[in-house]
Amino acid sequence: MAFLRRVPFGAAIGLVITVTMVLAAILAPWVAPYPGSQVLGGVWEPASSQYLLGTDNLGRDLLSRLIYGGRTTIFIASMATALAFILGSVLGFTAAVFGGWVDQVMSRLVDLLMSIPTLIFALVILSVLPSTIPILILVMGILDSTRVYRLSRAVAVDINVMDFVEAAKLRGEGRGWIIFREILPNALSPLVAELGLRFIFAVLFLSALSFLGLGVQPPHADWGGMVRENREGIVFGIAAALIPAGAIAALAISVNLVADWVLRRTTDLKGGRGDA
Amino acid sequence: MSKELEFLSRLAAAGRLDRRAFLGRAAALGIGATFANSLLASAVRAQGPQKGGDLRMGLTGGESTNSLDPATWLTQVPQNFGSTWGELLVLQSPEDGSPQPMLAESWEASDDAAEWRFKIRKGVTFHNGKELTAEDAAQTIRRHSDENTESAALGVLRGIDDISVDGDHVVFKLSSPNADLPLLLTDYHLVIQPNGGYDDPAAGIGTGPYKVEVNEPGVRHVSTKYDGYWNDDIGHVGSVEVIVMNDATARTSALQSGQVHIINRVEPRTVALLERVPGVVIESVPSKGHYVFIMHCNTAPFDNADLRMALKLAIDREQMVNQILMGHASVGNDFPISPSYALYPEGIEQRVYDPDQARHYFERSGHDGPILLRTSEVAFPGAVDAAQLYQQQAAAAGIQIQVQREPGDGYWTEVWNAQPFCASYWGGRPTQDSMYSTAYISGADWNDTRFFDEGFDKLILEARGELDEARRAELYREAALKVRDDGGLVLPMFNDFLDARREEVQGWVQDPNHETSNLRAATRVWLDQG
Amino acid sequence: MGGHPVIRLIAQRIALGILLLFAASLLIFLGTEILPGDVASSILGQAATPQALENLRNELGLNEPAYIRYFQWLGGVLTGDLGTALSNRMDIATSLWPRLKNTLFLATCAAIVAVPLAIILGLVAARYKNGLVDRTISGLALSATSLPEFFIGYVLMYFFAVYLGWLPSVSTVHEGMAFGDRLRAIALPATALTLVVLAHMMRMTRAAILNVMQSAYIETAELKGLSGSEIIRRHALPNAIAPIVNVVVLNLAYLVVGVVVIEVIFVYPGMGQYLVDHVARRDVPVVQAVGLIFAAVYIGLNLIADVISILANPRLRHRR
Repeated sequence: MAFLRRVPFGAAIGLVITVTMVLAAILAPWVAPYPGSQVLGGVWEPASSQYLLGTDNLGRDLLSRLIYGGRTTIFIASMATALAFILGSVLGFTAAVFGGWVDQVMSRLVDLLMSIPTLIFALVILSVLPSTIPILILVMGILDSTRVYRLSRAVAVDINVMDFVEAAKLRGEGRGWIIFREILPNALSPLVAELGLRFIFAVLFLSALSFLGLGVQPPHADWGGMVRENREGIVFGIAAALIPAGAIAALAISVNLVADWVLRRTTDLKGGRGDA
Repeated sequence: MSKELEFLSRLAAAGRLDRRAFLGRAAALGIGATFANSLLASAVRAQGPQKGGDLRMGLTGGESTNSLDPATWLTQVPQNFGSTWGELLVLQSPEDGSPQPMLAESWEASDDAAEWRFKIRKGVTFHNGKELTAEDAAQTIRRHSDENTESAALGVLRGIDDISVDGDHVVFKLSSPNADLPLLLTDYHLVIQPNGGYDDPAAGIGTGPYKVEVNEPGVRHVSTKYDGYWNDDIGHVGSVEVIVMNDATARTSALQSGQVHIINRVEPRTVALLERVPGVVIESVPSKGHYVFIMHCNTAPFDNADLRMALKLAIDREQMVNQILMGHASVGNDFPISPSYALYPEGIEQRVYDPDQARHYFERSGHDGPILLRTSEVAFPGAVDAAQLYQQQAAAAGIQIQVQREPGDGYWTEVWNAQPFCASYWGGRPTQDSMYSTAYISGADWNDTRFFDEGFDKLILEARGELDEARRAELYREAALKVRDDGGLVLPMFNDFLDARREEVQGWVQDPNHETSNLRAATRVWLDQG
Repeated sequence: MGGHPVIRLIAQRIALGILLLFAASLLIFLGTEILPGDVASSILGQAATPQALENLRNELGLNEPAYIRYFQWLGGVLTGDLGTALSNRMDIATSLWPRLKNTLFLATCAAIVAVPLAIILGLVAARYKNGLVDRTISGLALSATSLPEFFIGYVLMYFFAVYLGWLPSVSTVHEGMAFGDRLRAIALPATALTLVVLAHMMRMTRAAILNVMQSAYIETAELKGLSGSEIIRRHALPNAIAPIVNVVVLNLAYLVVGVVVIEVIFVYPGMGQYLVDHVARRDVPVVQAVGLIFAAVYIGLNLIADVISILANPRLRHRR
């Protein structure tokens, strides 16, 4: 509790929402009022005491589906984001530190990957690989890591010519040291800012993939997929379309609030100037 | 009908009483809105069509790959636009499905129905000024039935052995008798072109009421009234613009805001909501099209008749109709013929959802484990939902269906007609014979249920040449029973055509043969400019 | 050495970019080869007979080996001929050009609004960091970004076209349309795109500025007595350019390449829809042509980002 009290208000809200969503997802079978895929009532019924948020496009309980959907959404998106960041930033830093042809080769390869429209990419992958969750995470992570790579390389190139890095090089520190002890801490700020957004993009990408046929298999769904399934209802104000969208937005804002807070804490730790 | 109501409807038709007021007065007389509306429609029709105005249609089913060559037409935009500038020899009647003369004025068959003579209408000109001749008609059919053709109508025309011209007649000699030949010529690909389109198939020159003005595939098409058009009964508006709108919400929004007058493929789930919008009228017509789940009868585990029967009994057709199409459909009975067909086999017992029986058959089949059902957004609208619903229904009978969503892209090449159990869609055909010959006889081009039954093949062949209607109906009844009981077809529903129009669009003809009034809404309606 | 190494660096990048384009075209070609299904059956769809399929396949030359088709096409491109679409036999360059213009027009309009707006909002948020203004800006931008594109599109469409009736919901543009009408037609899709890309650029601006603000020279500037806004404008912004430019470029590329959904919703005749249609039909020459243009856009924009990063970094500019 003492810890929580030190958390600023915004971050606290973010933390509470994020934790609630994660907990609900983990405890789905116990928290959800109905099974996630059971057809119970009519299509697009309004909220009632029986179905707290109404029913979806097939007459399933929206709340239960939202809770079960949170599982796939949060799990896959966070795994893919983590993968993208580890891969993208390590490669990006490496390219920046090594420079020369290593940098050229890696950067052009990434350019090449990025230059091909994602649609064609997704279609090709989709036709070759089976659509399972690990593969999904892998594909999303790798495609996204190219974006992270570009950013982290750009940031690292700037830092790499700073005096303290030069000093470290003169001290005779190895490249691993320079990447992880000199560049990483100083590149964290833009990277964490990117992290929060990449997470949202992963959520959206997942729903786009579901639509293409890759992605989560029915009757399971992710939140983006739920918005998509109910999309005709959006202009008619149907709850089944609006609430999953709201859930994604809430998750996005909370995660970013938490990310901002983490950012500030790390800069504090680094001995940078605080909030004062 | 009360005198007062008749008077009111005439008043409303003449524009002296607005529609809402008319419906209100009718309600006061105890008349339901549906009846009052139809009354109004007929009064308006009696008023006679108004000429002129620019009609705009927002339709799904247009791609930048579309061409004006009728042989390549597949989707709604080229089909609808095509019927503004092109015409067929024969058109199927919206009332009873019988063949009606268009560019063919009349026709007669030899006694054995193996030779047909079609008289070509005189005084019809193409948009390039050339007069229509029997040779043009013959060449058109030749181009579509030639073994080197790419036309999708080839399958329909395969029974034609020889095409010749005799004065102003085209003469068809068939390899085997076919009583339905005039109806086969109603296929929308068979637009008559100068010299059959051999010179320039995609020129867009036809005999229709409108001539092509703008052709931007995948974006929009415009045609304007052709002054030399022969038929006064159709082609009322001054110009037709077809705008490609592949997104359902984009279509409804455009209709609501009045940017277009007619849209096709209204999402069933939004019909009830859209109906309440002032100025919008929903046109719903029962169709011959059907949404299906198909099993390959020659592939394990579906080669087992008990398993097939179990899966047929494990689907709740009523719930499918209500949850997937919101009631805008009629229940199917596992044979591909709807009551809209001529000689519909009456009195076949309706198969109903019976989990207990399904469980019984399933156990008897000896099959164990889940059954993989492939589906996709493109299989039919709501196919992914329908598969999930089927999964739930079958679970109640102890049958575990595993649903797999496939990419829409490539579904028709990789999954349909390739995988043993998947969701699919069939559009209607002009006759029972063409439906069965296309997909159910042993040598059919797309025998997508792998149904091989010699007895069945014989029935269809015999019925094709049978000119006695009663005997023919009897044969079709037997055929239907065979498909229903032995085939690999699970047919939960026949979908309705769901189109919508603005109130000012009048003269809409309800036509079960094809959507948007048999693709001819643009040439049939007029705009009330009052 | 002055400007010479920079010029050499830039020349090198351009040469590499052209090489990359070739590599990309090859990759796209291979990709389209792996795709299941072929153009013939996709053209004829569910209504194709085996006979009709075989006829079409022969006519389209699909029975020739892949590498021959590839080099034939490449030769055509180099002489300015993009070939003919297999599916509707229309000249690709002729049908592509107006669509490319439309896409670029929409992207430019969206970018003119979105980029300055995002950077200004990011600077404001950084200036008043963690305050109410910052929170509001961040929250709104984040929610806009987290919503699926079609959601934003539908909501805009409903409010401005159906409910208020101010703007058309259909953004069809055609030749000979007055510039004002054109702008009116694309108002809604451009707004939707702006909302979609805003948050990413804004967040990055804010983060990059805040990162730089921790440097010693900012403290010096502060000690000199400069105001917060002035410090950001004169000292922080120039030094935060690299990451900002990178994110801006990513989003610009997205505006050109990734707008299929918005195009479909607003019925806008751009490149995205054109590509999707032809991918679905397995129309290899068209997919190649569009893929190549997209690749060129990406590579070109990244080139610009790299060059700006080089020019903006004084230490890189005067490498020791």
